[in-house]
Amino acid sequence: MILTEPRVRRDEFTARTGWRFEPEGACRGDLCVPLPEPPGEWLDAGTLAGRLGMPLVHDEAAGLWCLGPESHGRVLQTAGAPELTLPDWRGEPFSLSSLRGQKVLLLAWASW
Amino acid sequence: MWQELREELHPKGLEVVTVALDLKGVETAGRWIEAAAPTHPSLIDRAHLVDELFGVVNVPNGVWIGEDGVIVRPAEPAFPKRAAFLQRPLPPDLDPYQAAVLAEARRIRTEPERYTNALRDWVERGPASPFALSPEEVLRRSGDRGADRSGAAAHFELAQHLWREGREAEAVPHFRQARRLQPDNWTYKRQAWILADRFQAPSDLFEGDWLSDVREIGAENYYPKLDMPGGSPPGG
Repeated sequence: MILTEPRVRRDEFTARTGWRFEPEGACRGDLCVPLPEPPGEWLDAGTLAGRLGMPLVHDEAAGLWCLGPESHGRVLQTAGAPELTLPDWRGEPFSLSSLRGQKVLLLAWASW
Repeated sequence: MWQELREELHPKGLEVVTVALDLKGVETAGRWIEAAAPTHPSLIDRAHLVDELFGVVNVPNGVWIGEDGVIVRPAEPAFPKRAAFLQRPLPPDLDPYQAAVLAEARRIRTEPERYTNALRDWVERGPASPFALSPEEVLRRSGDRGADRSGAAAHFELAQHLWREGREAEAVPHFRQARRLQPDNWTYKRQAWILADRFQAPSDLFEGDWLSDVREIGAENYYPKLDMPGGSPPGG
């Protein structure tokens, strides 16, 4: 996640990573990770990075931070497909979960 | 490229969703999509989210997802057919780098028949298909993600963001760092190289180039062998 300051909005963090915030801490699936203080609307990026095992890259000259994906050993933590919402080539948003009930072949390609 | 197979398998319950990993989005991917005239969802992923979420490290890669939203095969090489242009003779006046690239590309293993036959079997038989993997096996095969690979993803995201903002000089060190941290991620490298040279040839901006990096590992290792029943085992 690209950040212009070392904190992140709670709802944006949840949308990107799937981590929800409960009284117990940051939770996803059956796992809850305690946080040092109750989560508010904004969350400290350094705290999340440390507790959830995410890299926080800071480019001082560019004035930007990037919070990367967790480093927990495997790309997938669960076999449930992550939610993916992207624009189609005409610009209309499309969510992978809208195809629930059908088999899906998700194909990554590139023009390069 | 996938339209024909989609027409065959859609009536049997399969939908194809293509995702173009292109920093420049429709500007570079749009004409290919328009020419293919797809009837399936054709998405644009300017930030390479699919790399991060599904562990894609080269293209083309396919992921199979069951009706319940559970992945039954994680990212792996996915070819619907053999590339016709690789079977034609090379024009005699071809640029030497391009000629060397095409010669190397002919040595790359693709397994379209095995892949598409396995896909047909899964569409037909669902969880009973020997090509559908258990959740544990899906996680095991989804790829390692330690601190280096997570860091590479963060640098790559920052690089792409800065490049899209027109801050190319600031983006370059992050593209370079992503390659250093995860040298086997071809989507990171190829996306960077194409920004500097349309043939992904050596440039002053980035380390490596397509031909040198492929020769280093051997073209036969550019894509991992499909790990599925039938055919010789991976590594064989």
